[in-house]
This record gives sequence, C-alpha cells and structure tokens, in this order.
Amino acid sequence: MKTAVEIANDVQTGATTAVAQLDAAYVAIEARNAELNVFLHLDKEGARKIAQAIDARVAAGENIGPLAGVPIAIKDNLCQTGIPTTCSSKILEGWKPPYNATVIDRLVAAGAVPVGKTNLDEFAMGSSTENSAFGPTRNPLDPSRVPGGSSGGSAAAVAGDMTSISLGSDTGGSIRQPAAFCGIVGMKPTYGLVSRYGLIAFASSLDQIGPFSKTVMDSAVLLEAIAGHDPLDSTSLPEPSPSLVSHVNDGVAGKRIGLVKELYEGADESVINAVMGAVAALKEAGAQIVELSIPELRLGLSAYYLIAPAEASSNLARFDGVRFGLRVDAEDVTAMMEATRTAGFGAEVKRRIMLGTYALSAGYYDAYYGQALKVRTLTINAFQKAYAQVDMLIGATTPGVAFKFGAKSDPMEMYLNDVFTIPTNLAGDPAVSVSFGKGEENLPIGVQLLGPGRSEASLYAAARVLEIADGRS
Amino acid sequence: MTLPEGWELVVGMEVHTELLTKSKLFCGCENHFGSEPNTNICPICLGLPGSLPVLNKDAVELAMRIGMALNCTIAPSTFHRKNYFYPDQSKDYQISQYDLPINSNGYLNLPDGSQVTIERAHMEEDTGKSTHLGGSGRLAGADRSLVDYNRCGVPLVEIVSGPDIRSSEQARAYASELRGILIATGASDGRLEEGSMRFDANVSVRKTGDPLGTRCEIKNLNSLRSLQRAIDYEAARQVELILDGGTVRQETRHWDEGLGETSTLRVKEDAEDYRYFREPDLTELVPDQPWQDRVRAALPPMPAARRAKLLERIPSATKAQEDAVVVVIDLDLEHFVNAAADGGAEISIAVSRAANELAAGIDTLSNLTTDAFTQTVLMESKGELSATQSKVVLGELLANGGDPKKIAAEKGFEQMSSDSLGATIDELIAKNPDEWQRYKDGDDKLSQFFVGQAMKVTQGKANGKAVIAELQLRK
Repeated sequence: MKTAVEIANDVQTGATTAVAQLDAAYVAIEARNAELNVFLHLDKEGARKIAQAIDARVAAGENIGPLAGVPIAIKDNLCQTGIPTTCSSKILEGWKPPYNATVIDRLVAAGAVPVGKTNLDEFAMGSSTENSAFGPTRNPLDPSRVPGGSSGGSAAAVAGDMTSISLGSDTGGSIRQPAAFCGIVGMKPTYGLVSRYGLIAFASSLDQIGPFSKTVMDSAVLLEAIAGHDPLDSTSLPEPSPSLVSHVNDGVAGKRIGLVKELYEGADESVINAVMGAVAALKEAGAQIVELSIPELRLGLSAYYLIAPAEASSNLARFDGVRFGLRVDAEDVTAMMEATRTAGFGAEVKRRIMLGTYALSAGYYDAYYGQALKVRTLTINAFQKAYAQVDMLIGATTPGVAFKFGAKSDPMEMYLNDVFTIPTNLAGDPAVSVSFGKGEENLPIGVQLLGPGRSEASLYAAARVLEIADGRS
Repeated sequence: MTLPEGWELVVGMEVHTELLTKSKLFCGCENHFGSEPNTNICPICLGLPGSLPVLNKDAVELAMRIGMALNCTIAPSTFHRKNYFYPDQSKDYQISQYDLPINSNGYLNLPDGSQVTIERAHMEEDTGKSTHLGGSGRLAGADRSLVDYNRCGVPLVEIVSGPDIRSSEQARAYASELRGILIATGASDGRLEEGSMRFDANVSVRKTGDPLGTRCEIKNLNSLRSLQRAIDYEAARQVELILDGGTVRQETRHWDEGLGETSTLRVKEDAEDYRYFREPDLTELVPDQPWQDRVRAALPPMPAARRAKLLERIPSATKAQEDAVVVVIDLDLEHFVNAAADGGAEISIAVSRAANELAAGIDTLSNLTTDAFTQTVLMESKGELSATQSKVVLGELLANGGDPKKIAAEKGFEQMSSDSLGATIDELIAKNPDEWQRYKDGDDKLSQFFVGQAMKVTQGKANGKAVIAELQLRK
C-alpha cells in the first residue's frame, strides 16, 4: 500500500485521482471489514463528493495540500456533520452531529478524504476495543487477537491496508497501545496542540487527538495538518501548527536520551529486548544514552484511574435522553434519564462513571480525587526534572504484544496494560509509539519515545531512526 | 417590622444578576429575553457531545465592573463544574466559579450610612427554563416536561453579602442600592419582573448578643416588596417557633407571594452533593493589571457618588431632601434636576418635583423634555405658578407633552396680581382675627394656616410665597 505522502503526490501530479484512491480504499475496506469489524459507518457518498471536488481542482491546476486525495479513517468519537457518531455506544446510536470537529475541517482543508468512522471501546474506555457496543475489532495481523484500544478501529484500518492514515484519540494510551499492537506509528501530541473541539470527551484534561500511519513521515504530515491554535478550544495552545515534516530526517546525533527503568520493567522479555535494541540503534545513530529511574511514574496508573473516571462521570452526564441519542421513556424525566442511561451505557462505562462519582463525592474527594491531583503534580515535576537532564525518554509502549480476545477479563489486568503510556497523559507531554522488533508469534512490539511539551519534531526524528534501523526505509 | 424586645434579625443576601452581554457566557448565541423558545441555541449551550465552552470577555469585564463598584479585590480565578441532573441544565453540570471567584472582599455603603460587606461576586452560567405540565407543576409526577434553552448559558454574577443586614428595611435598601449599581455599571437592566435580578435571603434570628442562629434560605424573591415581606414573615416565624420551645431547622424555603408566607422547599439533609471540581475545558482567568485599569477607567460614577454630587448643590439639605435625592438618582432623573438648576430654578423645588411628580409619571417620562421641566420649575420658583399649579402642568406634560407656558395659560394659571392677592389676604385677616393676632405675636406656624386658606379661596392660584410676603407687609 502506498503512503499518504505518495498518494498525495500522485493525486496532485495527476498520476492518479482522488476518486480512484477512494474507490481502492473502499475495495480494501469491504474485503476485510466483515471479518475485522473496523468501520462502524462508511460515508461513501460524502467522501465521493469531496474526492470529485479535489479532482476538479487538480484539473484546474490548483495546489490541493499535503494530503491531496488521501483517504483517511476517523475514530467514531469525532463529530462530522450529518455522519452518525456513536462513540461505539448504544446511547448515541442514530445521532448525527450538526457540526464538524475542528480536525475534520482541517483534514478536508489539507485535501484528505474522510471515508468513514472506526470502532472503539465505548467512549474510549478500554484497551482492546472489546468494550464496543457494536462488537470488537480484530487485529488484522492476527484476527484471534485484539488490535488494542481504545482506538482499535483506526489502528486496524491502517494495519489492514484499508487507509494509509487515520485519526485516533489518546487519553491514557489509546493511540500508542493499538499502534504497538498493530505494528504501526501512533503519536499522542502535546496536550493542546490539536483542538479537541468536536472530540466527544472522555477525560477532558487528558484527551488528545493524534495520527496513525505506517510511516513516521506520514504521521508528521498528518499531525502538521491538524495541529495549531483553535479559538473554539480554550485549552488549545496559542501557537500555530509547528514545523514537523522538515525535521523528520534530523536524526539523533548529539541528543541525550533517557532509558527509564519504570517504562520497561515488568514487561515481557521480548519487549525489553526490543527496547534495548532500539536503544542500541539510537546510540549507533549518535545519541547519548542515560539510564534513569523516575519512581513517581509508578504512581501514575492509580492517579489516572481516579482522575479520568472523575472527569468522565461529569462529561458523560449529558447523555440523559433529553436532547439527543437514545431515550427510554418512563413516568417522568428523572425516571426517563435513569432508564436511558441504564439501557444505553455498557458495563465498563458504568463502572467508570461510578468510580468517578465516588472519587468526587463529599467526604471522599480529598482522599481520592484530591490525592490523585497531587500525584499528577508529582508526575509533572518528575518529568520536568528528567527533561532538565535529557532531551527525550525511551521505554516500552506496552508490557506485551497483542493479546487474545477475553485474555484480560479482569478490569484491573486490563488497566495494567496502560501502565507505560499513562504518565505522559498526566503530564500533558507528547509521546510516540513506533514498531521495533517482533515478539511471540512474530507479533509487533512498540517502542515508546517521550519528550517535553512541543517536542514532537525531535520525537519524530528519533522514531525515524528506529524505523530505518528496523528495516523500513 | 420590629421583633420582640431583645431579639435581633440577621440577614445575608445572595443576589443573582444576568449580565447585559450581546452573547452568552460560553458561546456566540444571542443573550435575549423573550425570544421564541429554543431559537437562541447552538451545540455549545445545548451541551451537544464534543462541544467546548469559550469564555466571553465582555461578560468578564461586566463582572469586573461589578466587583470594582462593590470595592472588591479582583483576582485570578477559576471555573468549576457543579454536577447535578436536571433537564434544563443542558450538560447536567453548571459551570460556575467556586473557591477562587473573580471578585471578593468588598463592601457596599447604603444611603443611610450603614455598610454591608460583600463576600464575593462570582461568575456562572444560567440554566434553561423548564415547564412541567400536569401533576403539581413540579418535575416529579408531571405528565410532560418542556424545556426552553434560550436562557441556558446566559451569563450571571452572584453577589454574596456577609450576614450584616439587621432589618427587612435594610435588606430592601441593600437590594435597591445594588440594583442601582448594577444598572450604573451597565451590567444589568435591573428588570426584576423579567428575572434579570433574583434575590435569595438567608434569614436567622437570635437574642441580642448571642451567636448566630440557624438560618433559612428563602428563594423566589423577585421584587423588593417580596423581599421585605418575606424577611418579616420568616423572622416572625422563627421567633415564634423558638418562643414555643422549638428549634429552627436549616432549610431552603419558598416564598409564596399570594399567601404571604414561606414554606419548606428542602431540608439541609437532602442537600445534593454537587461534586465540584475544576472545569478542565477552561483555563485560569487572569485579569491582569492593564486590563483591570482599562475597565476601571471606563467605569461610570456609581449612585452614591451621583447622590453626593447632587447634594453638593443643595446646601444644608433636609432629611426629606436627602431622601428625595435618593429617589432622583435611583430613577436616573438627575439630568432634569441639574438642567432646571442650571436654568435658574430653585434646586430644592426641582428635586421635589423630580422625586414626586416625575417618579409617579416615570412610565411616560419620554413625553417630558428637560427644557419643559426647567421652564415649569422656573415658573414655580419665580412665583408665577403655585406648587399645586406646577404639579398640574407637570402632570399634563408627562401625559401628553407640550409647552408649559401654553398649558399654564390654557388652564387659567395666570399669575394673580398682587392687588387681588392683597384684597384676598385682607379678607382672610378680617375673618380670622385670633389667628392673625397669634401670627403677629410671633407664632410663625400660623403663616401656613393663612397660605392654606388663601389656596382654598383662590382654588390654588395663590402663590404660597407671595401670600407670606403679603402677610409680612401687614404685620
């Protein structure tokens, strides 16, 4: 399959058309979607109109943009005007947003063609896409295994050669973990770099939209297209989109990279071996490796599972049957809200709403939510201290390779899968997962590179070094 | 109203005011009362999934104006979410300031010289409006519930006073003064009947010198009169309860204007846990010094300053005149008074006519020009019109407009000649020899007796001052 950069170049030069690329994407999707359950909704008509308009503009000699005619898959927690947006929840079944998420507008402005909405764990709560109300997505590399989550559908779309790029969202690892399980590149940008307007919130202070792709370059192109200040999101950083593409091949010569014990200890041996292999490759490319211990990172998981559910309990209150989505009628409004929420939310969503409600309740706030905020501050400070010594950090993305369906039926075991990815979200910093080496049954392993706020360009440069070292030029 | 000897009333007020912004607090929807239901709405104020709030800078400036007018400290502040399920609260949480309000630690001086502390004046968003059909008219048991989201997201400032108020009259004066300030700052239109200002009163009683008693919060007070009546009722209820050996329960009470009484709405034990936490969709609000300076520089004079300025023109003003000045400023009539005084009329007459006749005709004030007011008061000052005649002319001007001189002529209010007035006075002296003797002996009060008699026989045409002058000529 061609990369996004190659497709855009071919469309812009007339070597192919946006419509031809779109048709090819739908052929690829339909070949495997029944088996893999990647897409919940395909917008064939709308996508065709966008593609036709691009072809007309190309014919008129216009310069379309960096993603000219590139089909892209969209995680189904991003709003797109008139397109069903479900968050893989029954509570939103049939709802069509009357507006576009800012990222959708920016994608279309860059020439991309959104082809449809991908499956996820309900409201992005999960690490396997098993929590979707519309059935799990299967890993294209081994359909007996999960693709990771919560952005499992978007990762599978790319790994399954349906689209070259896709968008996901990452609250505690929901882009990086499925990228690792599917053997592709997944970037969780700096908090505020990409507008959250139109992203249906899970945990507002942690959520961030980011790209999936096969190559580091495609990731940089896509992130550059969607990043930059948005007046509709108050937490959006004030600066315009950073220059990323021009730094992808900068290399790591002279960079100081911290190998963090807490970001690989306890992982499978094959994963640790992959991290060590990546460290050797970076050293070979001229980086200086510093071994570090950041004990505070071990507290991240506990803090996350209080902060994220607390925010979720409030964010998900609006799904009450009054204005949109599912409504289960009952004798009065209060009873209707209860009946609607009881019928509309799945078990994991209910579990987190209850956890969060409890953590914020009078008498428990200080012991739980308040304490978690303090741990979050500790995490931020610990990262800052580390970044005073080194330019970036390296570790594993996940403790193991993609697991089989039902392998982690205990919620705590599932939560532990996010142990390496969560600290970055607490700090609001960027991190990228890049495929490096193979584990059991030849399944891919993700190596994670973490940096301080707005260091995406450096992270991409290091990820590119690993991509080449792993045999993908 | 007064409580039994040895008892003291303690009131703290919470006043909600809608801000007069063009758009809502967190979105661009029009902030307008009276539109067709659900026409001023968008994904943000409807709380549609994925929408995010963006703070309205104009609302912040109006909130700062209120804080400045109430002598508050303006400080960096944050927003929280107050979580509760209710259909007219579109997100099922309200965005409100909580532990770090924009304005705190201020005070308000009342016209009677008393001072009420202002604990805080914070920003929050209003809810929509629910209508429950069938049942008791409340949500529980209603056949149908309708919601209008036009008001959802309208900016509010909640002004919380200290428990400093000691009478229902003072509570009323506080609410009235606050209303004047909110109008003067441009923050509010002060329209109580449209709900743009809403009062809650925390009422408790205690034996003088005792610690604060248990308070009840009275809601649904939408006029100054309701406020005063409700406090009187509630204070009497609490004293009676305690005297009967009972104890006051902390609760929220509803004021029924028709019945003239308060009743339990909910008790403290039922109070909801709102699970407040920092609103993650908004950043810290930092009103830096240059911004504060710009807002302060644009702040118009407040009622107290305007009263002081007007009173400067009335040397050794009486208590009645001071009260009249309060009314004049309250009703925004000082330009009439100033114009009349600048035009050579007596300011004490101008103040009195403004505080009485113009106040009574405030609904048709647009018919009256400052020039017509000036001419009328000037004629009265010169003795060309009696007070009674002047009031009639103003009444006509307020009703239909026109030229005061023409109106006076048409009504036959031409000045009585001093000859005919003299003849009238001579007759009155002849008819009332005892009163005349006492007046001559130095009892000045009797002058008013003769003025009254002169008015009676001339059917109001006599000028009081001219009557006194004639009396003195004959002394």
